[in-house]
Amino acid sequence: MSKLTLKTEGNTHVVVTRRFAAPPEAVYRAHTDPKLIQKWLLGPEGWTMPVCISDARPGGKIRYEWTDGKGHGFHLTGEYLELEPYSRIVHVERMHLPDPTPDNHVETRFAADGTGTLMTMRMTLPDAQTRAAMLATGMEAGMEASYVRLEGMI
Amino acid sequence: MLGTLNLNVAFSALADPTRRAILARLAKGEATVMELAKPFAMTQPAISQHLKVLEDAGLVARRVDGTKRPRRLAKAGIEAMDLWLAMLRKALKKNYDRLDEVLAGVEQPKIRR
Repeated sequence: MSKLTLKTEGNTHVVVTRRFAAPPEAVYRAHTDPKLIQKWLLGPEGWTMPVCISDARPGGKIRYEWTDGKGHGFHLTGEYLELEPYSRIVHVERMHLPDPTPDNHVETRFAADGTGTLMTMRMTLPDAQTRAAMLATGMEAGMEASYVRLEGMI
Repeated sequence: MLGTLNLNVAFSALADPTRRAILARLAKGEATVMELAKPFAMTQPAISQHLKVLEDAGLVARRVDGTKRPRRLAKAGIEAMDLWLAMLRKALKKNYDRLDEVLAGVEQPKIRR
């Protein structure tokens, strides 16, 4: 049984849920403290995030830069809109590939679940085509990760 | 293997409540255009138009049965979308597995020494 669910909802939403063994305060901090974000929000195997700006207050900037250490990289920028420690974050983000993708509006909720946390992340894209493109980009990243793992097994 | 473009088309095809309702109906079994049009306040040509979008996206198939053209879910197309969502889940899973480790470290910094 997987702890992660990912579903499309309506025309423009993607909803991800995940349970964590830590309380909401810790999970919230891991989503807002740049030192912690850099440790886990990495995408494909082998990639790192040398630049992580996360100014967690309304209007505060977000900037994540990823690199594979071989000259390839991309970055994401965004802004925080609302923060309710330790239960809710609302922000917008866009990927630069290098042209910016349309804004992804993200509401992330952290609810106490026993001794742990249930996280619900609801993404809203401007239209169905953007959602399709975003999911398709995600697939490529996912496939790359699996290919790298496959290489490790051979 | 379906490419990115086909998946884009498939997801765009799903971005309509009538087409999602048609897929939900076909999940229960084959149906003709007339049967599919019944629950909707729509003409048969309008339903046929939606079916064409779903067929072009590889999500619905048809067969010939006398003068009828019953539609059914196209298993390959539906499975490709499923597979692809599963891959995306996998990429996310990797990040959240890492986050589990980070959280374990944050919670008990002294026990590890």
